[in-house]
Amino acid sequence: MKANKSSGIEFLFGITALLIFQLLGEVSVRILDLPVPGPVAGLLYLLILLVIMGKLKLPAPESLEQSSLALLNHLSLLFVPAGVGVMVHFHRLEEEWLPITVALFLGVLITMGTTALSMKFLMRYFDKKTKDST
Amino acid sequence: MENTDLQTLWVYLSTSPLTGLTITLVAYLIAYTLHRKTGTHPLTNTVLVSVVLLILMLEITDTEYATYFEGAQFIHFLLGPVTVALAIPLFQQFAQVKRLFIPIILSMVTGIVVGTISVLFIAKLLGADLATQISLSARSVTAPVAMGIAEKIGGIPSLTAVLAVLTGIIGAVIGTQYLNLLNIKDNSVKGIAIGNSSHGIGTARAFTLNTTMGAFAGLSMALAALLNALLLPWLVKAFLIVSG
Repeated sequence: MKANKSSGIEFLFGITALLIFQLLGEVSVRILDLPVPGPVAGLLYLLILLVIMGKLKLPAPESLEQSSLALLNHLSLLFVPAGVGVMVHFHRLEEEWLPITVALFLGVLITMGTTALSMKFLMRYFDKKTKDST
Repeated sequence: MENTDLQTLWVYLSTSPLTGLTITLVAYLIAYTLHRKTGTHPLTNTVLVSVVLLILMLEITDTEYATYFEGAQFIHFLLGPVTVALAIPLFQQFAQVKRLFIPIILSMVTGIVVGTISVLFIAKLLGADLATQISLSARSVTAPVAMGIAEKIGGIPSLTAVLAVLTGIIGAVIGTQYLNLLNIKDNSVKGIAIGNSSHGIGTARAFTLNTTMGAFAGLSMALAALLNALLLPWLVKAFLIVSG
């Protein structure tokens, strides 16, 4: 891992920063009764901080970038424990296999298709509009 | 006696969190290697292969999921910080995002609204019970967020996590071929569509194909986490009123 090139303290710093933002997210969601999950609120706070830092011409901390990308590189691994949880729900899946299977497959096809086709259309529309106005 | 020694060893191994953690990593590394060896074929999806290997192993050794999870939770826990970490690719693509902001947001909201309403009605028409229907509504969001949403809207968090992982696998396996079929060529459009429909697992797949597609998928899964958290409570409420 690139992040461990030096003493590894950068990696530790990055992870700690992520945990602090998650903690801020979890706490604020509970106190303010916000409709979003804690980690999503944490994501927003971190993004806002990065944007403000960017406006002040401060570089984003490299350690944070590196440890975030290291985690994101093995994103698949993190889904495995939840995926194995399928064995707890075998009974429900057996009873409702038809609606669940159809809903999951069509859900992917409909969501993916609608998003892609509407974005293709909208990009063409907005490109035209910006060209017309210049 | 040797037999009892073996038995105490077995008791230790089958209850220690060390085992659950270790077999998860070993299964993932096997799956990862297989995925590489098959030229990243979508059917050898790492999550799919790891999950199948682990379930076989737990069934053979007659181990309960709860026991396994005592160890696996250390990996599962990282889903929280990794959600926060999505701020990084979002920020890196900020200039691009700003330029395409309106098309991205509008198309994602369209995808979420049409997708969720369709899924809810399909599940209801085919006879799924209410808890399953509601759990299905959060299927296209990254697992920790999906669980958080499910908890708030009356779904079953652990079932929702499973449905989210299955959705991610489906999206990763059929996604790019399906988008080619729809004649979508732009990698940024592909990325947005993949992230919005099959979150992190689709994003991981997109990254192996093309960096731009991967970055946009990462951006899209982060935005999807936010948009779904805001939209789903209303969509489900509206669905419950309409469907009675």
